[in-house]
Amino acid sequence: MSIILDKVNYVYSTGSAYEIQALKNINLQIEDGQFIGIIGHTGSGKSTLIQHMNGLMKATSGGIYFNGRDIYEEDYDKKELRTRVGLVFQYPEHQLFETTIFDDVCFGPMNQGLSKDEAGLRAFEALKMVGMPESLYYQSPFELSGGQKRRVAIAGVLAMKPEVLILDEPTAGLDPKGRDEILDLIADMHKKKKMTVILVSHSMEDVAKYVQRIIVMNSGEIIYDGTPGEVFRHYRELETIGLAAPQVTYLMHELKEFGLDADTDATTIEEAKKSILKMFR
Amino acid sequence: MLRDITIGQYYPADSIVHKLDPRVKLMAALIYIISLFTFRGVAGFILASLFLVFMIRLSKVPFSYMVKGLKAIVILMVITAAFNLFLTPGDQVLVHFWIFTITMEGVKNAAFMLVRLIYLIVGTSIMTLTTTPNQLTDGLEKSLMPLSKIKVPVHAIAMMMSIALRFIPILIEETDIIMKAQMARGADFENGNLIRRAKSMVPLLVPLFVSAFRRADDLAMAMEARCYVGGSGRTKMKPLRYKKRDYLAYLILIVYLAGIILLRVFL
Ligand SMILES: Nc1ncnc2c1ncn2[C@@H]1O[C@H](COP(=O)(O)OP(=O)(O)OP(=O)(O)O)[C@@H](O)[C@H]1O
Ligand SMILES: [Mg+2]
Repeated sequence: MSIILDKVNYVYSTGSAYEIQALKNINLQIEDGQFIGIIGHTGSGKSTLIQHMNGLMKATSGGIYFNGRDIYEEDYDKKELRTRVGLVFQYPEHQLFETTIFDDVCFGPMNQGLSKDEAGLRAFEALKMVGMPESLYYQSPFELSGGQKRRVAIAGVLAMKPEVLILDEPTAGLDPKGRDEILDLIADMHKKKKMTVILVSHSMEDVAKYVQRIIVMNSGEIIYDGTPGEVFRHYRELETIGLAAPQVTYLMHELKEFGLDADTDATTIEEAKKSILKMFR
Repeated sequence: MLRDITIGQYYPADSIVHKLDPRVKLMAALIYIISLFTFRGVAGFILASLFLVFMIRLSKVPFSYMVKGLKAIVILMVITAAFNLFLTPGDQVLVHFWIFTITMEGVKNAAFMLVRLIYLIVGTSIMTLTTTPNQLTDGLEKSLMPLSKIKVPVHAIAMMMSIALRFIPILIEETDIIMKAQMARGADFENGNLIRRAKSMVPLLVPLFVSAFRRADDLAMAMEARCYVGGSGRTKMKPLRYKKRDYLAYLILIVYLAGIILLRVFL
């Protein structure tokens, strides 16, 4: 069970004056149950990459395999693929359309062919998971705040019970509390439901705190792929492409330069705390 | 998929046609359209063709780009050709079966009509491909300014046009994203009978309208925040001014039109 991308290339507006190669020779294997972060500068191709993973975009060249099967095969069921690889778009609140929140969350499960009752049950569970108060279930989604809309939209994808959950900057434009709540929710899904999660983010802190593996994109290419410790070791190179390492990394490097035995691979506050306490033991 | 629409698509290139004043290009398009419906016979046709080829060459826009616009009117072309082919009365009957009659005149009419339509689309797309929407509305505003004397809100119309043009690509992109987002939730826009397909448009159209209204609202607010009050007393950062090449272009246009008219009158 995995997603494999094999030499994937993608070109926008082929054959026009505005041709852009958004993905260049991407090779990637995503194992079951991983929690992966994708980071990269604006326009580096993150959104393009993840839309390939559930077959919404067709690679200009290259192959994509889900659980060992080529998704570009003639008779491959793309609709099924999309329900198994759930994708939450950037600003997903813009896709809400139903008259009530509850109905909107039911849209996905209904498309999966579930009965009304089953779909309702799924919607109920999903809304509960994202922490929507029950009193709002039958309100119009357009009357919610931005953060609440975001939750409803995420619930709309969760209700389909995907095996792989991909989120494109789910926390963009949220306040710190809302951000933490959503990320904790996602981490929870990963832990309890054993879901594979791919998180696109601009926040190095978030990525370092939650994920096991980081993929760094730069102008359509994967330039680093490894654990947070490994990737943020290249913090100087990351800076040259407009990214940075978490604050903690910088702190640990400075402590090291100071002559202390700091663990420079620490990327979260927890890890840093451990390392610093060890120094003074 | 939706991105293939060429309407209002500017093709950046460094050519003399790109540099011309938009008013010249608007006038040129108008004159060319008039000439297409004025010419008669083979000589006029050759002159119109030469002029078109000359313009295409000069504009440095790939020819394939211009024919793209033709795809949109294939049906119109077929219907026009069919009507002319079958419904033109004439003496020289070529084919006759059941209620259909094809005459020599019909064939000629159909052919000329097709050529006119194709030239019309290609000719006007030279204008839109070499002029940014902003320039185009600027040109239109300035050309129509005399009408404001009789209380036509020229500036408002031009502003509306440029906003509408500006919103086309945005809305297309938005449609694309919403469509994909709903497809990610299992929506199916392609299969099913007519009723199901119409129904499947709801998850696309509702968010699209909501976002269009939101954008319009935001834009109105942003314009007001920058003290936009409409046309009176408004100056331009890049006012349109005729240069030497523009006068030359007008001259060529007049010569061309005169040629077409002369050919029609004397041949
Ligand atoms: N619909 C499109 N048409 C043409 N080019 C596009 C389109 N969408 C994206 N691109 C181009 O492809 C490249 C990658 O875009 P993509 O949206 O994947 O970036 P991203 O990493 O998700 O950026 P962000 O962090 O801003 O979301 C960019 O250079 C962008 O200009
Ligand atoms: Mg993106």
